[in-house]
Amino acid sequence: MEYIAVFSPLIAFTVAFLFGKQLGHKFCQVVTCAGITLAAMASCILFVRIALGGMEGYTVPVATWMESGDFIVDWALRMDPLSVVMMCVVTIVSACVHYYSVGYMSHDEARGRFMAYLSLFTFAMMMLVTADNLVQLFFGWEGVGLASYLLIGFWNHKESANAAAVKAFVVNRVGDFGLAMGVFAAFFLFGTVQLDELFALAAENADTTFNFFGFELHALTVVCLLLFMGAMGKSAQLGLHTWLPDAMEGPTPVSALIHAATMVTAGVFLVARMSPLYEFAPIALMVVTVVGAMTAFVAATIGLTQFDIKRVIAYSTMSQLGYMFFALGVSAYGAAIFHLMTHAFFKALLFLGAGSVIHALHDEQDMRNMGGVKWKIPATYVLMWIGSLALAGIPFFAGYYSKDIVLEAAWADHTWFGDFAYWMGIAAALMTAFYSGRLLFMTFHGKPRMDQKTFDHAHESPPIMLTPLIILGVGALFSGAAFYEMFVGHHQFWHGSILVLPDNDTVAAAHHVPTWVKKLPMVMGILGLVLAFFMYVKFVGLPEKMTKIFKPLHALFFNKWWFDEIYDALFVKNSFRFGVTFWKGDQHVVDGIGPDGVAATSKRFAGVLGKFQTGYVFQYAFIMMIGVIGLVSWIFYKTVIGAE
Amino acid sequence: MIEFPVLSLLTFLPLIGALLILTIRGSEEIVARNSRWAALWVSGTTFFVSLYLLFQFDGTSAEFQFVETIDWFPALGLSYTMGIDGISLFFVLLSAFLTPICVLASWTAVKTRVKEYMIAFLILETFMIGTFCALDTILFYIFFEGVLIPMFLIIGIWGGKRRVYSAYKFFLYTLLGSVLMLVALLTLYVQTGTTSIPELMEDPVGRDLQIWLWLAFFASFAVKMPMWPVHTWLPDAHVEAPTAGSVILAGVLLKMGGYGFLRFSLPMFPEASEFFAPMVFWLSVVAIIYTSLVALVQEDMKKLIAYSSVAHMGYVTLGIFTATVQGIEGAIFQMISHGLISGALFLCVGVVYDRLHTREIARYGGLVKNMPKYATVFMIMVLGSVGLPGTSGFVGEFLTLLAAFQVDTIIAAFATTGIILGAAYMLMLYRKVVFGEQVNKDAAAMSDLNPREFWYFVPLVVLVLWLGVQPGMVMDKVAPSVDKLITQYESALPLHAEGTLAEEELEE
Repeated sequence: MEYIAVFSPLIAFTVAFLFGKQLGHKFCQVVTCAGITLAAMASCILFVRIALGGMEGYTVPVATWMESGDFIVDWALRMDPLSVVMMCVVTIVSACVHYYSVGYMSHDEARGRFMAYLSLFTFAMMMLVTADNLVQLFFGWEGVGLASYLLIGFWNHKESANAAAVKAFVVNRVGDFGLAMGVFAAFFLFGTVQLDELFALAAENADTTFNFFGFELHALTVVCLLLFMGAMGKSAQLGLHTWLPDAMEGPTPVSALIHAATMVTAGVFLVARMSPLYEFAPIALMVVTVVGAMTAFVAATIGLTQFDIKRVIAYSTMSQLGYMFFALGVSAYGAAIFHLMTHAFFKALLFLGAGSVIHALHDEQDMRNMGGVKWKIPATYVLMWIGSLALAGIPFFAGYYSKDIVLEAAWADHTWFGDFAYWMGIAAALMTAFYSGRLLFMTFHGKPRMDQKTFDHAHESPPIMLTPLIILGVGALFSGAAFYEMFVGHHQFWHGSILVLPDNDTVAAAHHVPTWVKKLPMVMGILGLVLAFFMYVKFVGLPEKMTKIFKPLHALFFNKWWFDEIYDALFVKNSFRFGVTFWKGDQHVVDGIGPDGVAATSKRFAGVLGKFQTGYVFQYAFIMMIGVIGLVSWIFYKTVIGAE
Repeated sequence: MIEFPVLSLLTFLPLIGALLILTIRGSEEIVARNSRWAALWVSGTTFFVSLYLLFQFDGTSAEFQFVETIDWFPALGLSYTMGIDGISLFFVLLSAFLTPICVLASWTAVKTRVKEYMIAFLILETFMIGTFCALDTILFYIFFEGVLIPMFLIIGIWGGKRRVYSAYKFFLYTLLGSVLMLVALLTLYVQTGTTSIPELMEDPVGRDLQIWLWLAFFASFAVKMPMWPVHTWLPDAHVEAPTAGSVILAGVLLKMGGYGFLRFSLPMFPEASEFFAPMVFWLSVVAIIYTSLVALVQEDMKKLIAYSSVAHMGYVTLGIFTATVQGIEGAIFQMISHGLISGALFLCVGVVYDRLHTREIARYGGLVKNMPKYATVFMIMVLGSVGLPGTSGFVGEFLTLLAAFQVDTIIAAFATTGIILGAAYMLMLYRKVVFGEQVNKDAAAMSDLNPREFWYFVPLVVLVLWLGVQPGMVMDKVAPSVDKLITQYESALPLHAEGTLAEEELEE
């Protein structure tokens, strides 16, 4: 069962990738969809068995990977509640995206390859969530990065897509730098990278310090912060987030699967998985909280001002990831995973819905050229409303439950950073609801702003695209209410796959916070939607005026706080400048003193070499060889005789 | 009583083949065709013989195996001794594996003096295999230096426009290093009275002498690796060499430096190695960062890959001088893997060079449209070079960095930035060559891999992926020899009681 869940996407990928050319697109679509369906079913069975059945976690060994001295790494599938929850989320969303893609990409000439890549991604993600050790986790981590690179740059004739793909990979590598260092540090400290052994040793060595960069530092804090750097890269947290909006260059199903529902949540998973380490590193938790809270806020501010429908959703993804991280930071791991799950459903829904809109309007992504199409594409319209209401945290939609518990947990932490996160989260909740409303009103309501031809041709998507949307819509509607009690209620759902020290149990404390703390997020959600209604439906001229009044602020948000420009000036330009300088140094300094100087005096040999052109090469070769052997023998003989 | 001398057979089979080719007579066309086939048969047979080693090698033993000894200069105690252990085994295999591929890669690319070209390649193979098998210092030296000659000719005769300059640069650089090594070898002999490598490994000389000898050997091996700042011959040599020459240069010749460190510097001069290790670390770190940045701004495909080789060799030297199990095994693995990956990358350049006769990156673009198979192979090799887990490139890089971290966190941090820069320059190269619009008409009209090209890439691709998932195939056989090397190294150090930091701290 475990093998089916993890490896059927790999088999599907291999078959579709190697033989796709010969067997055709249809075949690729069938084989990949079959693979992912199998994986999803197997994952659900495992979920029932392990998470619901309350089975002990276990590990399925597959093979040895690396063995070098006492550094031993195995391929293994770790099964516990945390991994099966992730497996279900990944495979279900992935299955929806697979089916949707069959329709969405139906006119693409490389659609077979596209399906293969989706399966490759799913496999890598499964390896990541079932990893039994840090190195296999790293394998999955980089594997999803590769799939993301291939899929962002899928339309590889577009320069912008290629640039975005490379950027995504390289920025992620910056995060991976931290992750790799974290793995090295863990091995250095504990002599193992196997998770269970690490967890056991971490608790015993909570006070260990070690020398890092010449400073005597608290060991677990260093490890956790390094790992968090990796998480920041993959999950687009503030500072390493610049690749995510650009990643929207990829086809929309990719944005839904990779850049919203699954891959970007890998960082959240990592921190939750490593909770037995983080729990003993309070400073690391504080950093996680603050970074998460700031990300939630900053991303929301940018989301307010963007016009590309996919970028708005991308920034909202980043903002929601911020929520998950500050939940982790206040030790509310269960709440973070809960939000991860509900978010996966409603965000995949929003993206695929957006894709449906884009599809209907012939690849139009700018919301300024949309509007008034609600009855042209009624099913998409309704589903987008469901997704947006879930995102905004309107009662009884999925996001309402998960966002509330996250915010309550932050408040219940009773630390300065918990409070900080709470208020940042509240502010972001208001903005989230506002831009969600803005997106809906600009896209579907008001007067059509596209040309008549496009408007007339706007059409609802075929059933193969709508069915996955409906499944996700069901998730966005009910997954919150259905799993609330299980994930963050009073059950022992996680069975030790997540460790929370008794003092840090904010999820339990979150059930006893004052009523206003509980109600505020909901109020903000409704307020944001109402505001958006007034600004984009009632008084259409208002946004324009607001932009003028708050010009500097708007510029800051609209230009994404100038992160790209600053990075470009600081790192990218300088790297190239150094490259050129060093290269020149190579040519002038190193060579000038060394070989060229010598060569200048021996240029006349060049004439000799010229004769090789006409002579018999092998003769010269033999002469040279005999010369060398003779020389060696002679010197040798001399020295030895001399020594005797 | 004497076993079948399989190592000598392996070493001299190509030489015999070369002599055979020498006898080929006839019209130019027939000579060319026959020499190609003869070279392919000979190198192919050599490869199959080398497989015998792989299967017969006792992976649990750290001793030298397949040893054969013949008195050579009995008066001086000089003998012809061959033998391999886990450290050298895979270098022998790599040499034997890459040569037939090189012959295939030169099939149509080399049009002039085909006979001489094939002879040069087979002689080169003899020297390469001999270097890794020799267990006598003088024998080693002859093979080690002998390599220079055919390589010099291959670059100087079948190379590009500036071939004469490059060939001389290559020759001068490497020869200067070697002269010092020769002096050191002789001194060693005078001091100990033996030229036997195993004996010298058992019994290191005094500390002061070690320092000097270490430096002399270092001069030679550092040039071969090449380490920063004596790397400048490499880009030139690569750029001017014919494709197959680059493959061998990157695939095998660079590894001779690393092999030398493992066979000579570490076991024979342990105290000096420990003394100089910090210097080597910093040179490695500089190499990784410096050459990665230089690679970032290259406009010539071959130069870019050449600079990336220097960076990758930086991990090797870093790993070797950590003198830890992970570091050394990682370094060996990295060398094998780099031999496959960079060899394949140069072949990738060769494929398009054969069609368009330019290496300028800007002349290509959008190849994925007209050359999908090529794009796939190239992508896999780029990923290997980037060190993506699941390819062989990851294992070596990861282990050496892991080892570096155990020794010095600052060094490890600097060296690890290489994984960021490596991704940047390789993906930029790939993006410009394979993706994008098809701006150049002639590049867009190139044909995809032909069957010959396709089939020489297949074993490379399979190995890169297979070793990435199952590195144990190599590591298990290497491990006993490395363990022995480390044990000897540590017992030779005065302060060998020092445990790892981790243990100390956990005990506290």
